[in-house]
Amino acid sequence: MPNYTLNVNGKQVSVSADADTPLLWVLRDELNLVGTKFGCGIAQCGACTVHIDGVATRSCQMQVSILDDTKITTIEGLSKDGKHPVQEAWKEIDVPQCGYCQSGQIMTAAAFLEENKNPSEKEIREAMHGNICRCASYNRIEKAVKLASKNS
Amino acid sequence: MKLHKNDNFSRRNFLKTSVLASGGMLIGFNFLTSCKPEAKMPKDIASLNFNDFNAYIKISDEGYVTIFSPNPEIGQGVKTSMPMIIAEELDVEWKNVTVAQGILDTKNYKRQIAGGSQSIRSNWNVLRQTGATAKQMLVTAAANKWKVDASTLKASKGTITNANGETLGYGDVVREAALLEVPEKIKLKEIKDFSIIGKDAINVDIDKIITGKPLFGLDYKTEGMLYASVLRPPSFGQVLASFDATQAKNISGVVDVITIGDKARKFLDKGYVSWTVALSESDKVVVLATSTWAAIKAKKAIKAIWKETSQLESTELHHQKLTSVLDRKKTKVLREDGNLTKAFKEADTVIERVYSSPFLPHNCMEPMNFYANVTAAKIDLVGPTQTPAEVQKSVAVLLDRKKEEISVEMTRMGGGFGRRLYADFAIEAAEISDKVKKPIKMVSTREDDMTTGIYKPSVKYSIKASLKGGKITGYHLKEAAMNGGMYGAISNFFPAGCIPNFKVESATYNSNITTGAWRAPYTNFLAFAEQSFFDELATELKVDPIQLRLNLLQKVKNTTDKKIQYSGKRMEDVIKLVRQKGNWGKSSNGVYQGFAAYYSHNSHVAEIADLVLQDGKPVIKKVTVAVDCGVVVNPTGAKNQVEGGVIDGIGHAMYADFAFKDGKPQSKNFDSYRLIRMQETPKVEVHFVQNELSPTGLGEPGLPPAGGAVANAINAALGKRMYNQPFVKELEKSTILG
Repeated sequence: MPNYTLNVNGKQVSVSADADTPLLWVLRDELNLVGTKFGCGIAQCGACTVHIDGVATRSCQMQVSILDDTKITTIEGLSKDGKHPVQEAWKEIDVPQCGYCQSGQIMTAAAFLEENKNPSEKEIREAMHGNICRCASYNRIEKAVKLASKNS
Repeated sequence: MKLHKNDNFSRRNFLKTSVLASGGMLIGFNFLTSCKPEAKMPKDIASLNFNDFNAYIKISDEGYVTIFSPNPEIGQGVKTSMPMIIAEELDVEWKNVTVAQGILDTKNYKRQIAGGSQSIRSNWNVLRQTGATAKQMLVTAAANKWKVDASTLKASKGTITNANGETLGYGDVVREAALLEVPEKIKLKEIKDFSIIGKDAINVDIDKIITGKPLFGLDYKTEGMLYASVLRPPSFGQVLASFDATQAKNISGVVDVITIGDKARKFLDKGYVSWTVALSESDKVVVLATSTWAAIKAKKAIKAIWKETSQLESTELHHQKLTSVLDRKKTKVLREDGNLTKAFKEADTVIERVYSSPFLPHNCMEPMNFYANVTAAKIDLVGPTQTPAEVQKSVAVLLDRKKEEISVEMTRMGGGFGRRLYADFAIEAAEISDKVKKPIKMVSTREDDMTTGIYKPSVKYSIKASLKGGKITGYHLKEAAMNGGMYGAISNFFPAGCIPNFKVESATYNSNITTGAWRAPYTNFLAFAEQSFFDELATELKVDPIQLRLNLLQKVKNTTDKKIQYSGKRMEDVIKLVRQKGNWGKSSNGVYQGFAAYYSHNSHVAEIADLVLQDGKPVIKKVTVAVDCGVVVNPTGAKNQVEGGVIDGIGHAMYADFAFKDGKPQSKNFDSYRLIRMQETPKVEVHFVQNELSPTGLGEPGLPPAGGAVANAINAALGKRMYNQPFVKELEKSTILG
């Protein structure tokens, strides 16, 4: 299997994987970064969302072979101490139920708020529409994104 | 409350204490069974034994409290709310309480087995008594130290105070308290004096969730573990005939390709009856690989040939069969009052409607998975299960091993919704590991999960009512179920007791598609049918729909019928609360309202949906909810459950469709199966009835009324009744959403 060098959460890491391996499985199985979740494998649910050069990206559709010269950030690297404004807002609003989709929700929200510092309710709902929460904690996700935008 | 029907309840039988080698007091206790006389208290935290006790409380020399409990968490928040109840009666500050449960990164805390998902309802008294007993032992120890009578002392927030104003912390007396005899008589707090229960407590796992720490079954791994991807029959009614794995074996990372099924078929051959074991008679092909991706990829490369062993069913067939079941004369009568025939004969008007719903997959966000390591000495099983005891028992039968050799460790679960009540995934994992003699983890893809599931069955209800002189004189509910039918208690929910001539009966069609429990089993759809029907009756009787329910409930308020499950008074209270909070009948122009109320899982819930038309299409803006679930332990968690339940109910009623053709599910992932998303989500406003009654269920009861409230709001806006789920299909047919 070929080797690839990736920049994940500010560190250079070397992995051995087939070229078509999705970043999701490299993160989870090879690098033990299991905060990025497997939900659907076809970019429909958003549970696997990471940042690639700051852009919210579905890691299940991103092949490991095309990621050199990019900066990958996962939930584990979003902040040093879990105190990113989005993480803090998630805690204050007590968003999660089962919690499985929440790292993907947080990564989507964090990238969105970098682009749009003061979003309207409509913009928040549009931005978060791609991430499924099967427990339907949507009301709280919406509130937490709004709160994070105020505190950023 | 009795702990167990046959138990002579004694505190000494459910709780034991000891001094820890490292200092502090350890309390071991059991929820539903008494402790075995031989149950031994461990000497240190590393050797906590969850066979002898369901849970432990440690009070350190510094007065800090740690609660160790292996209770599974599927998202209903019991990991937070159950410890709150103990802490309340123990009377310590919530900030000094740590909950060490179900976490994979705790090496020194080996979970064994627990009695399954214990709800707040069944544990309320035991948890309170455990906390109160420990508190009393600490107070007695302080009294002995001061040589005063315990009744002269006061304990609050972890501190004991005597008549002279001197104080001792709990930590100062733990060693003495641990050696005292467990008291028989204790005093519980007055509910009005609660200081932890009733206040918001944030989910105890929040920091791990928001930073992506390993918590879930899919996150668990051990050195040398292989990933297993299982190829199951694509259609219900098929079994494996032959397969060619040549290509699959050439994929890098693939270690082996095997088949399983021989051992699991023992369950079928032996007629092993357990509703939590759901199995196929077919052999399954299993790819074992060093990575999940290699296993998934190789499975797709297997060329398999399947043969038909029973009918390949379709949605059209189900529709025909269930329709004929509705006409069946031979049924199971679940409740019958008065003389229905006479009521229909003498009626001014008879109204009859038929309601249909499709199959539904659970779609837990975390696909099914389980870890197994079967060795000659022991079997380790780890993963997301709601029924660890069933997993242990099933694997013991599967591999002909002693239960004592099998440990089941529970992880946090990425959703349950009923799917993780079944043991099929753990049985598969155990059979694979047994065959390859290696630690493995069975991992399902979303497609595996959705197409080889255990579904909410498709069902039809026929409801018929007789009206005479402006009153409902007769009510006849007939269920055309699949592989079973509603449990008997449901026939004693509303409107049982409100209508003099009454009958509920059920008949079933046996399908080869696996079916099972899905969030709020049966009532998830029955509530929609019934609550839509009453809305239609209100229109026919020219009565306000809420007033109609309140009028009917008067008849059940003083009932002597012990079979009636719900309370007329509590139902009336939630209806009145939602009527006020939801501004019933006073909404602004262009807002159309729909009402529904339902009792299930021991809680009473009423909902009002507010709907507007945008470009002629219905959009649900808001749902107001009133809930009576007794004492609300953790308001933020409780509201979260109800908000989620309501939106889940709306999502499935509006969008969920799951068809079969030639025995094969026609949706296999989220591109062809629609789940509700952010922009379709209404605001949900939750209000609780304040009372001092024991807490009841919350994970499910918010869901059943939601579909009915929305259907009735759609009718208010468009004059169109919904009889079939999903509603989008009904609306498309009438070109409203075309």
